[in-house]
Amino acid sequence: MAAAIQTEALTKDFAVGFWRPSAYRALDQLTLTVDAGEVFGFLGPNGAGKSTTLKLLMQLLYPTSGDARILGRPLGDAAVRQRIGFLAENPYYYDYLTAEELLAYFAKLFGFRGADVGTRVSRVLDEVGIGKERRLRLRRFSKGMIQRVGIAQALLNDPEVVFLDEPMSGLDPVGRRQVRDLILGLRARGCTVFFSSHILSDVEALCNRVGVLVQGRLLASGPVSTILAFELKGWELVIAGVSDSLRPDLDRLSRQVTPLSDGHVMLHLAPDSEPERLLGELTRRGAHVVSLNPSRETLEDYFVQLVGSAEARDARGVGA
Amino acid sequence: MRTIWIVAGAAFKESVRDRVPYTMVVFAVLMMAASFLISQLTAGQDLKIIKDLGLAALSIFGLLIAVFIGIGLVSKEVERKSVYGLLTKPVTRAQFILGKYLGLVMTLVVNLSVMTAAYFLVLFYLDVTASASVRASWAAPALDPRQLVAIVLIVAELALVTAVALLFSSFSSPLLSALLTLALWVAGHFNGDLRQFEQVVDQPAAAWIARTMYYVLPNLAPFNVKAEVVYGVPVPASHVGYTLLYAAVYIAALLAAAVAIFRRRDFK
Repeated sequence: MAAAIQTEALTKDFAVGFWRPSAYRALDQLTLTVDAGEVFGFLGPNGAGKSTTLKLLMQLLYPTSGDARILGRPLGDAAVRQRIGFLAENPYYYDYLTAEELLAYFAKLFGFRGADVGTRVSRVLDEVGIGKERRLRLRRFSKGMIQRVGIAQALLNDPEVVFLDEPMSGLDPVGRRQVRDLILGLRARGCTVFFSSHILSDVEALCNRVGVLVQGRLLASGPVSTILAFELKGWELVIAGVSDSLRPDLDRLSRQVTPLSDGHVMLHLAPDSEPERLLGELTRRGAHVVSLNPSRETLEDYFVQLVGSAEARDARGVGA
Repeated sequence: MRTIWIVAGAAFKESVRDRVPYTMVVFAVLMMAASFLISQLTAGQDLKIIKDLGLAALSIFGLLIAVFIGIGLVSKEVERKSVYGLLTKPVTRAQFILGKYLGLVMTLVVNLSVMTAAYFLVLFYLDVTASASVRASWAAPALDPRQLVAIVLIVAELALVTAVALLFSSFSSPLLSALLTLALWVAGHFNGDLRQFEQVVDQPAAAWIARTMYYVLPNLAPFNVKAEVVYGVPVPASHVGYTLLYAAVYIAALLAAAVAIFRRRDFK
């Protein structure tokens, strides 16, 4: 399958300091390929270089070295912009224009004319769930609403590749669900989606592949199942209807017992504790199971671990 | 070209809805009304005072509008990052700058037209209420159409100042751009003195610096023909023509520089 996005040793240095500027490397030799039709999640903690990468791809920044291509064409190619959509992190648009006017403005820039402009604008606004507010000036919009407008403008031209920088940021649960559905919809119609996030559940639910960026370096890249297969740390079992005779035995059966509200109790079990057998014993003794969840290493743990190993490598002078 | 017009249209729509220019227009109109009251206190000088104050208000408040919206539309856009949305569309950075500039000039023309209408309204009132003997004492008629020449040159000067503002805002912060533009406007009005400075200094280096600055800084003095029109002194068509040509060439150079800077800029 043809590559939708390709970067080759893409590097960006920023000058830091006014009098005696020194170079700060925000992105270091990023080599990455995203195939057409893929949903690629770009993960990393704050300051990892995710937004820098997106801005380089959008030509809002110029690379210090390296190269990149979108849809097989070099970045400066104006024709590429006709075929892509972009949502910036915490986007901001014009205070005194309405959502409809803003989108009509952008639609005209894409070359749409006449009735086509209005049709497209109302279609994308419907898609992101903006109703009659579309006639209000953007200065009255909340952060979440602006985010939706931002997503709408990225979809105006039926793009072949969409770049979304933290698309879930500032959205309420309903909004997050809508954006997830939108991305799944884009995937279904063969659109390539490249999005950055630091929220694991979004990435797990949506992506074919992920890349993990830490301190400007791509530390891992591959299918979600292999990259995010975090170690099992234990099990969390919630039960109800605990009898007085059972209560003293709970400490023996688990590593830790946490009483919850409504008489529920959470048992923290070791990873090798075989919860199936315990479930049998507990139900025999009158308790009933409310939930059983694996407790895994979190994305934050993973980042901390990767950052730690990157720092350790730097300290040893390897890969610097 | 279509893209430039689309950007200009949106910039115009955005800036005419901003309250700041309206405040300026209201102030200018109030100043013109005040000039009418002041003129009542001075015997025989009423028309001159109204014209002086009216044209000064047009020029000063026009300048403030040019600086504030000129700065706002580019450097604020960069600072607030709304530029990200626009520059990732099929718009080149040159089209962005030229479109913004055109939108600004359109806003400026609309604002100045409102002020001009208010100015002529005051003059019209004075004209119909003045007695024949008072009219006979006027250096030029109240509704002298030659005043439009002064206003056209004010618009041209402000279009040039807007291009200066745009150039500064293509690489510096909004506040710094505003200060630099105002400083250059002041320097522009005293530019003619640099020519004379060259003749009175002995040091060749100082004379060379003065000469260079004379040619590099905008020369805004020729745009000011307010005194001539107030006293009814004719302004030669060649002066107007050359001044407008000078404005066009200078604006083109400023926009070319703004585009060159903006093209290479990183948006962090």
